[in-house]
Amino acid sequence: MSASVEHRFGPYGGQYVPETLMPALAELEAAWLQARADAAFRAELDELLRDYVGRPSPLYRARRLGAAAGRTILLKREDLNHTGAHKINNALGQSLLAKRMGKRRIIAETGAGQHGVATATACALLDLECVVYMGTEDIRRQRPNVQRMELLGAAVRPVDAGARTLKEAVSEAIRDWVASVASTHYVIGSSVGPAPYPAIVRDLQRVIGDEARAQVLAAEGRLPDRVIACVGGGSNAIGTFVPFLDDADVELVGVEAGGAGLRSGRHGAPLTVAGPAGVLHGSLSAVLQDEMGQILEAHSISAGLDYPGSGPEHAWLRDLGRARYVAVSDDEALATFRRVTRLEGIIPALESAHALHLALQPSASTLDLVCLSGRGDKDLAEVLEQG
Amino acid sequence: MPYLMGGFPDLDGSRRIGEAYADGGADLVELGVPFSDPLADGPVIQAAGTAALRAGATTAGVLEVGRALAARVPVVAMVYVNVLLARGAERFADDLAAHAISGLIVPDLPLEESDAVRAACDAAGVALVPLVAPATPDERLARIGAKARGFVYTVSLLGTTGERVALAEAFAAVVARAKAHAPVPVALGFGIGTPDQARQAADAGADGVIVGSRLVRAVAEAASTDAAVATVHELVAGFAGALR
Repeated sequence: MSASVEHRFGPYGGQYVPETLMPALAELEAAWLQARADAAFRAELDELLRDYVGRPSPLYRARRLGAAAGRTILLKREDLNHTGAHKINNALGQSLLAKRMGKRRIIAETGAGQHGVATATACALLDLECVVYMGTEDIRRQRPNVQRMELLGAAVRPVDAGARTLKEAVSEAIRDWVASVASTHYVIGSSVGPAPYPAIVRDLQRVIGDEARAQVLAAEGRLPDRVIACVGGGSNAIGTFVPFLDDADVELVGVEAGGAGLRSGRHGAPLTVAGPAGVLHGSLSAVLQDEMGQILEAHSISAGLDYPGSGPEHAWLRDLGRARYVAVSDDEALATFRRVTRLEGIIPALESAHALHLALQPSASTLDLVCLSGRGDKDLAEVLEQG
Repeated sequence: MPYLMGGFPDLDGSRRIGEAYADGGADLVELGVPFSDPLADGPVIQAAGTAALRAGATTAGVLEVGRALAARVPVVAMVYVNVLLARGAERFADDLAAHAISGLIVPDLPLEESDAVRAACDAAGVALVPLVAPATPDERLARIGAKARGFVYTVSLLGTTGERVALAEAFAAVVARAKAHAPVPVALGFGIGTPDQARQAADAGADGVIVGSRLVRAVAEAASTDAAVATVHELVAGFAGALR
């Protein structure tokens, strides 16, 4: 563990935020450095991850999926965590940090609602005030999560600007934070945003990959050929990838939202499309933008992947050639959602279905480790509507 | 120092708004370039930016508006960093200079990220104006002040642009602190919506007072561009009068 927190990953990252937030980012970085070196903080978080979240999450050998694909497929079951996705790892860690910093109010953005639910859950547990910003289109298509957040005591603030999805929710949360910075901690839900957030979120999500690596070695006596994860902002993927970075023979594959297809222009695949880098929500990374530098709206059936930006560490891993990024379309994800449900009796989140789809395609790989980032109950209405 | 959203309600309309500011006695005009995700702006300026983009505003078009206004009054462009980076810092600074725009404010470009942009601006003879906030500690104020060009834009309160009924208590304090650490003039902005508040800002020591949302709101609420021009002319004259 280094003595500082990365601000850059190669050229990517940085802190492109209004001046008002700069002291808060410095305070956050100092607090994180202190906390992560503090055995008591680590012990408190570990106990909650174990007894409250239910970690370690199982690594499950999906035999019927494997038979269909012609290789061994191992699923890292983040869907089995308390609250149903990997988001709780980060929400709990950051909320504990915020409490340690003396912040009484937590704000968050959410797309699919999983990060919102996880943050509302952590705030209920830690007795903190919670406000979650959510695009009105996402509120419509992820209704059960909205209800859960409100039951947990969070205020869900609808955001009606733009396409009314994740990008707008992040922008509005940042505006709130600019006004409330003294009393409030902003729990960003993915590995995006100004430094130190991408590094903090990665540090909190790497429990996925740390566990999975030990589990696959124990179960299979070898490392996987491929580690596959879906990428919206990129938090479950970076958490799964990072412990394998030094394993040169393990291919790391991130799966983005192909939406209506890359050629349609209606997708959420900035890493795959690999246009010029841009600044969105405080960090320089792969983004979807036009020639003028206006950020474009992403399009995906899955709310959690419906983001035109990406984590800066992913952009760097892509440029280094250490990880590669591909896109899976809405139709493909929907079909895989149903297929995985029928073959394994596991209803995956639509986001996770993107990663699962890739694992089922022809490949020279003999062993795939796929992060099943969340459960799909939240997606039932949307999937059934699609027919 | 009134602010206008370039391209709102449309490019020519925004030029006329800027001319009305000059007619009303503005000492300097801040010209906003619309951006899809303006993190430092409240609802009024956000909406103006969205409308401007919808009406077909482009960076080139807004720069042309700047050139026209610069014939009457100094113009400082306000641009979010991604719009600047899309063009490239050197090219953007050169474009500003070519359009006789004398200053640049980038609300999401803090000191740590500003070296390349400042170098490009210095080379082009454009002043990169930094922002400081009430939350900025003294030692940071000193570092920012030391690299300031043109003036220091002091944000009056915590938050985004937008009129506030009562100004923050930290108001006079932030001006005093900025002046103590900046070798350049200090302008105060965010939340100033009435001539009375402008007067208070000047009395607190501000060398310049920036008014944005109040004026943009007037344009948004006007029935036509002609009406908007008349209203903002009157408003700016009111602010200028209070500051004399």
